[in-house]
Amino acid sequence: MSARDNILARVRRGLNLPGDVPGAERSEVLRAINDNARGPRPTYGWTDHAERFSLRSKMLSTTVDRVATLNDAPAAVVRYLNELKLPLNAVAWPALSAMPWSATGLGLEFRGAKDSDLVGITGAFCAIAETGSLMLLSGPDTPAAVSLLPETHIAILDVSRIVPGMEEAWTLLKSQQSAVPRAVNFISGPSRTADIEQTIIIGAHGPYRVHVILVG
Amino acid sequence: MLLTSFSFKSNVKKKLVDPVLQKNMKRFGGRFVIARAEVMKEVDNLEDIRVAAAAIRDGILANLDSYLITFEERAQARGTTVHWAETAQDVNRILIEIAKANGVRKIVKSKSMVSEESGLNDAVAAADMQVIETDLGEYILQLADEPPSHIIAPAIHKNVEEVAELFSKHHHTPRQTNIPALCREAREQLRPHFISADMGISGGNFLIAETGSVVIVTNEGNGRMVTTLPKIHVAITGIEKVLPTLNDLSTILRLLPRSATGQSITNYVSMLTGPKGADDVDGPEQSHIILVDSGRSRLLGTELQRALRCIRCGACMNHCPVYQNIGGHAYGWVYPGPIGAVLTPSYVGLKNALDLPQASTLCGACEVVCPVKIPLPELMRVLREQSFEQRLRPWSERFSIGVWRTMANHPRVYARFAQVAARLLHLMGGKKGLLHWLPGLDGWTDGRDMPAPTGKTFRELYAKRKS
Repeated sequence: MSARDNILARVRRGLNLPGDVPGAERSEVLRAINDNARGPRPTYGWTDHAERFSLRSKMLSTTVDRVATLNDAPAAVVRYLNELKLPLNAVAWPALSAMPWSATGLGLEFRGAKDSDLVGITGAFCAIAETGSLMLLSGPDTPAAVSLLPETHIAILDVSRIVPGMEEAWTLLKSQQSAVPRAVNFISGPSRTADIEQTIIIGAHGPYRVHVILVG
Repeated sequence: MLLTSFSFKSNVKKKLVDPVLQKNMKRFGGRFVIARAEVMKEVDNLEDIRVAAAAIRDGILANLDSYLITFEERAQARGTTVHWAETAQDVNRILIEIAKANGVRKIVKSKSMVSEESGLNDAVAAADMQVIETDLGEYILQLADEPPSHIIAPAIHKNVEEVAELFSKHHHTPRQTNIPALCREAREQLRPHFISADMGISGGNFLIAETGSVVIVTNEGNGRMVTTLPKIHVAITGIEKVLPTLNDLSTILRLLPRSATGQSITNYVSMLTGPKGADDVDGPEQSHIILVDSGRSRLLGTELQRALRCIRCGACMNHCPVYQNIGGHAYGWVYPGPIGAVLTPSYVGLKNALDLPQASTLCGACEVVCPVKIPLPELMRVLREQSFEQRLRPWSERFSIGVWRTMANHPRVYARFAQVAARLLHLMGGKKGLLHWLPGLDGWTDGRDMPAPTGKTFRELYAKRKS
């Protein structure tokens, strides 16, 4: 008997389930997974998702800007970097390469992130109004480390992609992707730690700053 | 981790007179408690969500084998290798086999309490590989060569002076006590390791049966690093950590960060499914999950099964007056506080952790705050009963309980005894009516006086009233 079989047999014995392998209960379990019931949630007392998302983002120490169209986003990136006197060189998702960057004078490379990158620019699959979280999916054009290695993470997000709660984010994911990607990352503000004397310090191993540019 | 739970009482004595620990624990005091209470105000139907979360966990445990098989099937379909570890030693063996087969030299690790059960770091070091803890608290403790004392705030027992000392000694840098600067120093020390490591080890807060994914809930970003940058990722987690669906994950995530650190949501929730795809530019080439039993299956079908609902938030220890005074190390194993008082005897054997379930006044604070409604005081009582039935308690205690039982079964004898004892204690109480000492209870009367009984016993009064 393998370790797997021993463990599963012990589980069945402990639970007093008949036989050595699951029978009818396996189909019940699969049905429960397929039913995919939603649990109770707190009352959502807001109507404007973008407003709620901005409010919650700020509580997480994320800064938020808003522009009218996607073509305005590159200038907003430059404005932010200049304001904070941050370098005008950045790594960006290949998925963003078609945006009108050339007029901005930013030194951009569309690739995966390296340790030396100081600014990372990404989009987001969607965002969650309830918590102010961004949802990023990994992929060839949306590499995960761009939102992780640089000290500054800038995310560009269309307001129509802000959903009320995490449940809607999963529904959207299932309707637009054939399967979950290798990595789904919910990002809620810059990295932080409170491991020394419970003092909250912004900027641990990941970004020190998260800046969201809402479009629309 | 080296087990010292059997010497709990002497551990406690040392911790209570350790001035540094006492000061550090006082500082810890109510911070998590206040933060949790504040953030729970956002949730207007907290009780509904707790009931739902407990039901989700119970549903999984009731059909755990079916959920595990489903999880395994779907994880394998995505290219993850699923390993099964019957014991803690098996965890170390499997991990080292994976590392050896791939020529691994350096391992970066994010927080995993399960790996503490097996003393993984020592085993890996003995196999001539370097393993580096990257969670700031765990990194501090690795430098100090100490185990964690809290499941989510592992270095809670250390103060900034101690951290400054450790960093300066190990990094050969000038000593500094500015906390942001110390965090920056740790970042700069650890970043090169993330980049150069061949393997990343993480825990797993949850396994999702629906998608075959492992979910990690973190703040610092090190969890994302170790699961993204090295060419191999190994997640180590207990068999009880399955959740059926992504919607169930959403429900549980409304409780876990709030109960743990008092955050509405942690900075990162990462769901990882398989190795990188052919066109991906980052992510590990190999993805492994080690599913650990190591005593968990023994709890199934018993009254203690409900302890397996645990989602490891740490709220029970944050709110426990015993934990707040003695810290986590006194408990002598991986899991401190009320949940440790239940899990430790269950995993390492009751006789090896005999005093843990006794170390509680059963005040019930832990049960009140548990997000998945584990009846911790009740489970501690179950273990107390077991230790009595298995004749593991000292003879004096068993004798006293035996006398009590005899009297409780003979009401006349009891009434007479109570009458005599009440009079006697009244006399002992003297003019002030206070007892400074009671036979066999000096541990209790050392710190306080017991008011002496006055007048007649309840039975005498009741009999008089009836007549």
